[in-house]
Amino acid sequence: MRVKIFVSLKQGVLDPQGKAIERSLHTFGYDEVRDVRVGKFLELEVDAASREGAEARVREMCDKLLANPVIEDYRFEIED
Amino acid sequence: MRWGVITFPGSCDDHDVVDCLKSDLGQKVKSLWHKDELAGNFDCLVLPGGFSYGDYLRCGAMARFSPIMGGVMKFAQSGGLVLGVCNGFQILCESGLLPGALVRNSGLRFVCQPVHLRVEETDTPFTSSLKKGQLLRMPVKHGEGCYYADPKTLESLRKNRQLLLRYVDAKGKPVASANPNGSVENIAGICNKTRNVFGLMPHPEDACSALLGSDDGAKLFMSIAAACAERVSRHA
Repeated sequence: MRVKIFVSLKQGVLDPQGKAIERSLHTFGYDEVRDVRVGKFLELEVDAASREGAEARVREMCDKLLANPVIEDYRFEIED
Repeated sequence: MRWGVITFPGSCDDHDVVDCLKSDLGQKVKSLWHKDELAGNFDCLVLPGGFSYGDYLRCGAMARFSPIMGGVMKFAQSGGLVLGVCNGFQILCESGLLPGALVRNSGLRFVCQPVHLRVEETDTPFTSSLKKGQLLRMPVKHGEGCYYADPKTLESLRKNRQLLLRYVDAKGKPVASANPNGSVENIAGICNKTRNVFGLMPHPEDACSALLGSDDGAKLFMSIAAACAERVSRHA
């Protein structure tokens, strides 16, 4: 199964990269842009017998290694 | 006093710590490899600076799972002294031995400069030979040294007096212009609740002799040595 994981900085955690990108976009005239946040996107292939099984394992991977719960949130999608 | 300095793949300040402890301060030091189990008796373990595992994923995220870290966790839980410098501080935060996290510098640039630090608390083995309010000068060199903790964690850090070092100006004031990386409340170093694990972003090992511009780092290492000597004599 193909898994797509999105890791983003928690609200309240400073994102200087996002701020710099926002300023650049404003320079190009995209004045409608607000609150840019930069995150990580991971894609992986998982061998699993069931969708539920894969979900549990991926959640475990995120909690243990892929995201730091102090500063980051995550969500993921599983494609069959 | 027995020091252990751990080398992870990508550590680069490990030799500086060993050299400073041995040559400048005459200490007994053993170099340890991250793949080995922690074996031997130590008074203080040092997790040095560098870029363990290339800083992939997050700084310190993978080093915390190195084989030696199980032993380091047990050592810390049984009261052993653990000092994390720069990447070592990041590893200690990732492993949960210290609260909070270190994120990208607010200015987005890698900073490499001397800073002034103010000693905030002295009732820890790391700072007991120093004076409250004393200023130390040491270099910082990092891209992700902005200390972050949520308001609740910060409150508990303050309540338990775990903030040990702050970035200050030459007069000792924790002003924004003296903060090299945007750390909340100008925090440069914190300890755990039981005061035996200490992490800081500045590099004491790079300030251990007058030739390097400052020997204030030596004061920190010698404070640890003095506290350990006292521990030993108390237990004798």
